Amino acid sequence: MEATTLTQPTPAVAEKHLVKKVLIICARGTLEDVYAALVMANGALMEGMEAKMFFTFFGLDAIRKEKQDHLHTATVGNPAIPIPTMVGGLPGMEALASAMMRKEMDKLDIPPVSEFMEMIVAGGGEIYACKLAADMFKLEREDLIDDLVDIITVGDMYALAEGDGTQIIFI
Amino acid sequence: MATLTYDLHTVDVNDEGYLTDPHQWSLELAHEMAREMGIELTDTHIAVLNFLRERYLAEQPLTIRRIGKSGIVTIKEFYGLFPGGPLKVSSKIAGIPKPASCV
Repeated sequence: MEATTLTQPTPAVAEKHLVKKVLIICARGTLEDVYAALVMANGALMEGMEAKMFFTFFGLDAIRKEKQDHLHTATVGNPAIPIPTMVGGLPGMEALASAMMRKEMDKLDIPPVSEFMEMIVAGGGEIYACKLAADMFKLEREDLIDDLVDIITVGDMYALAEGDGTQIIFI
Repeated sequence: MATLTYDLHTVDVNDEGYLTDPHQWSLELAHEMAREMGIELTDTHIAVLNFLRERYLAEQPLTIRRIGKSGIVTIKEFYGLFPGGPLKVSSKIAGIPKPASCV
């Protein structure tokens, strides 16, 4: 019987698949979640990647003109905050804790939400709002920041993620 | 330590190509490095590089926001001048370490 020679497959050279684009979906309106989204979007642009942001549900507060610079962090039901739950529920506690956090962030050169978004847009980032959530909260285009590209459907949102090397991040 | 040779200058660099000794930097070197990256330095580029070096040598942190507030360029212009990650690219050409900054 004739021996068949098996050719060894050449080992594939590990190819680096770099992240080229991020689509960051922010569905939350708390200070820390919105900042997480903003830092990641801005950080992507700083690295030379593309960045798109899609705000939905409570995340819409981050792109509402009159709300975006007054976001709060939760002082109740937030085990990471060193305030007893009973105290955290007192009137004004949430505003106080949020103001303290904003002050600390300013020291680190982290801008207010509105300025952060201006930086992201200046770096080529794009900001979108969810149509379904905007309808649900009865928000009109003029309630939202001027820099907003558009209010779009979920299908349009997925279209933003087209191309190799895109990562979708949900917050 | 690795070295990199541009047209006329040889400099010590780290594995990412950043100068390890900012005193080996010169404006001529900056022109050579920028050209290699496809950037032709203008007066505005040079003003930004000088700003970065001043701040670095004064041990002040560098962020995109600070550059936007420098009065030299807007953030949008900064992205336009140094495409592909402006803070990294400009720091490399300015001969200073890669900024360890998240904003």
